[in-house]
Amino acid sequence: MMRYTMGRLISLCLSLIVASIVIFTVVEVVPGDPAAYMLGVNARPDTLAALRSELGLDMSLPERYFAWTTGMMQGDFGQSYTYRTPIAAMIADRVWVSLPLALFALTLTIVIAFPAGIYAASRRGKLGDLGVMGATQLGVAVPNFWFAMILVMIFAIKLRWFSAGGFAGWEGGLLSGLKSLLLPAVALALPQAAILARVMRSSLLDMLGEDFIRTARAKGLSRRQALWRHALRNALIPVLTIIGLQFSFLLAGGIVIEQIFFLPGLGRLIFQAISARDLIVVESVVMLLVFVVIVVNFVIDLTYAAVDPRLRLRK
Amino acid sequence: MKYLTNLLLAGSASLFASVAMAQNTNLRVAMQLEPPNLDPTAGAAQAIDSVVYSNIFEGLTRFMSDGSVVPGLAKSWEISGDGLSYTFHLQSGVTFHDGTTMDAEDVKFSLDRARAEDSTNAQKALFSSIAEVSVVDPLTVQITLNAPNGSLLFNLAWGDAVIVAPESIETAATKPIGTGAFMFSNWVQGDRIDIVRNPTYWGTPATLDSASFRFISDPTAAFAAVMAEDVDVFVGFPAPENLPQFEADPRFQVLVGNTEGETILAMNNALPPFDNVLVRQAVAHAIDRQAIIDGAMYGIGTPIGTHFAPHNPDYVDLTALSAYDPEKSRALLAEAGLPDGFTTTLKLPPPSYARRGGEIIAAQLRAVGITAEIENQEWAQWLENTFKGHDFGMTIVSHTEPMDIGIYANPKYYFQYDNPALQALMTTLTSTTDPAARSALLAQAQTMIAEDYVNGYLFELAVPTVARAGINGLWLNQPTAAIDLTAVSWP
Repeated sequence: MMRYTMGRLISLCLSLIVASIVIFTVVEVVPGDPAAYMLGVNARPDTLAALRSELGLDMSLPERYFAWTTGMMQGDFGQSYTYRTPIAAMIADRVWVSLPLALFALTLTIVIAFPAGIYAASRRGKLGDLGVMGATQLGVAVPNFWFAMILVMIFAIKLRWFSAGGFAGWEGGLLSGLKSLLLPAVALALPQAAILARVMRSSLLDMLGEDFIRTARAKGLSRRQALWRHALRNALIPVLTIIGLQFSFLLAGGIVIEQIFFLPGLGRLIFQAISARDLIVVESVVMLLVFVVIVVNFVIDLTYAAVDPRLRLRK
Repeated sequence: MKYLTNLLLAGSASLFASVAMAQNTNLRVAMQLEPPNLDPTAGAAQAIDSVVYSNIFEGLTRFMSDGSVVPGLAKSWEISGDGLSYTFHLQSGVTFHDGTTMDAEDVKFSLDRARAEDSTNAQKALFSSIAEVSVVDPLTVQITLNAPNGSLLFNLAWGDAVIVAPESIETAATKPIGTGAFMFSNWVQGDRIDIVRNPTYWGTPATLDSASFRFISDPTAAFAAVMAEDVDVFVGFPAPENLPQFEADPRFQVLVGNTEGETILAMNNALPPFDNVLVRQAVAHAIDRQAIIDGAMYGIGTPIGTHFAPHNPDYVDLTALSAYDPEKSRALLAEAGLPDGFTTTLKLPPPSYARRGGEIIAAQLRAVGITAEIENQEWAQWLENTFKGHDFGMTIVSHTEPMDIGIYANPKYYFQYDNPALQALMTTLTSTTDPAARSALLAQAQTMIAEDYVNGYLFELAVPTVARAGINGLWLNQPTAAIDLTAVSWP
């Protein structure tokens, strides 16, 4: 187990280093000077030069890469070019919207997908199964921003139960915060739930065809008992992989949803920073997301070991 | 029982009263883009001015919605006979929001800072005619010019020329301290900016107690936010196709005002074949302005025939010079030695006037044999490649700075028009202060660039504002980017 964990840790560190180099190069190579964007069309060359030196843009690329990575290791992400405030504080503010939104959406995903997937697997080929499969087919095909618009039209414009967007903040209490995240979370969760339900169903059906299930049935367990006691746990490995991927997607992929609901989250921050060529913000937020994705994958790898003893015991 | 009923009645009355009060003294304003910072003297972003102009920061002079320039922190001024010296008399009893006094020293500090060597003012050219700013007494400032400048009072009304205090300018980007009728209160980045009424304002106090600015750029989200009444006012509504729906809804009012944005099809005058005036004229005649206004802007916008705002009294209507005439366009191309037309690039920045307008223009040009290869660019990319790098054949952009015909006198400006006659005309204009003479010179300049077909002149950009019915005092026009709330009130 120790060896397994160490191996995973080393690959985690290597991934982070490679990612930082790729992110930095890709972002810096894109044309567009942040100072020129900030000063607009009437800026004079001397004004531009003054701003570039104020922002540290006159340093060479390796110097800036080095300053950026060493700063990050000490928890200092640097200063935003446009906002002129520390990036760490900006990210901290935004995480309080994006992380709860991702967790909320993930919870909804699991709450919808698990029962639907298990139900469909236990009713294989029957009407219930067909119904779930049809609904999930639709859920996979329809993009989340379309769901978002439909939800806004019904619940914000017609019924006026919810705001069309914006974030009420956590100061007003947990409920008001969750209320402003509900529509975006549902919009994010529906397509993900459809995917997860299908994975759950097929993974369970695979297990139900295995020898150990036949043995369990031969022992006298009903089909349902075999499913709950033996198949489910073994079917969880592919499901966990998908959940890991989905969490990363929900955290980073809220960009479009955050635009539609004008939520002050990480996605909106990246969106604004890209168009303003606030390169250091783009680099830092993307790096943070990569870090989260890699750590989540690391945790999922460890969970495999917990679910599947063979991985734990292997040398 | 009667007592209880009375209590309930009184209670509910006060409840409703307080709800009504809360409704009537706060305003939720939406705009498309969030300002990157809140210091109007250190950035070109229009969103900065939208929030702070006149609300938080004030200058010596200021713009009104109709474009006129009126006294601001300077209550009056005298101009010397030679036009080289301006003496400004400041309003007395003005304090900054942090309690410090606004006096002549602050004016000197602000103007000297804007024109300093290491200044990062985006409109530094506004101050280039100033030779010296001197303090006469705490309420009198004298500005000496190195040459007469007929537009000094106008230049000082820009958001980039507002008066700031040396004590608070360091933090103005995130915590602006000005002299205006509203004080900055809170900024939740990515979400909203709150301002509250300044109780010690020197002039007419604001009617609103507070206001908050929200930022919604997605057209669908903007529509939903207005329809769901999540915002009370949306300035610069991003989806003109929805305006008729708001007009038909008694809950809303729609204001369509003009801006200083001359939207042009710019041509690279230094790049063949655009260095040939016949080719530029051919492009101008190939364009059907009204079709672009209807197709790209859903009918809002005024056609222009030169680089000048149609609502300006000095405007000359020259649209006939470049009337839509594809036959003439083809003939001109043949005369220029290009009977089969030519191929060029059309670089489009993000605004919908450019992206939608570009598609229509490309189709219109194709009809006369000109192939325009469209390339969509982001602003930063457009600034670097097209604007600075001059790597383009044609591009569409709205020039939103007021009174900016002077850009035609700069041969290095991105469309690279080099005409010594116009350059001389502009130099004369700068040193002319007599209004009638200025008008004549401006008319000459407008005609000169129109007859030279420097660019394709399309339309004056309009700004649609959607507001809850009954809200008064909003700016109709946008002579400068501003959402001035000082006179706004609920019914």
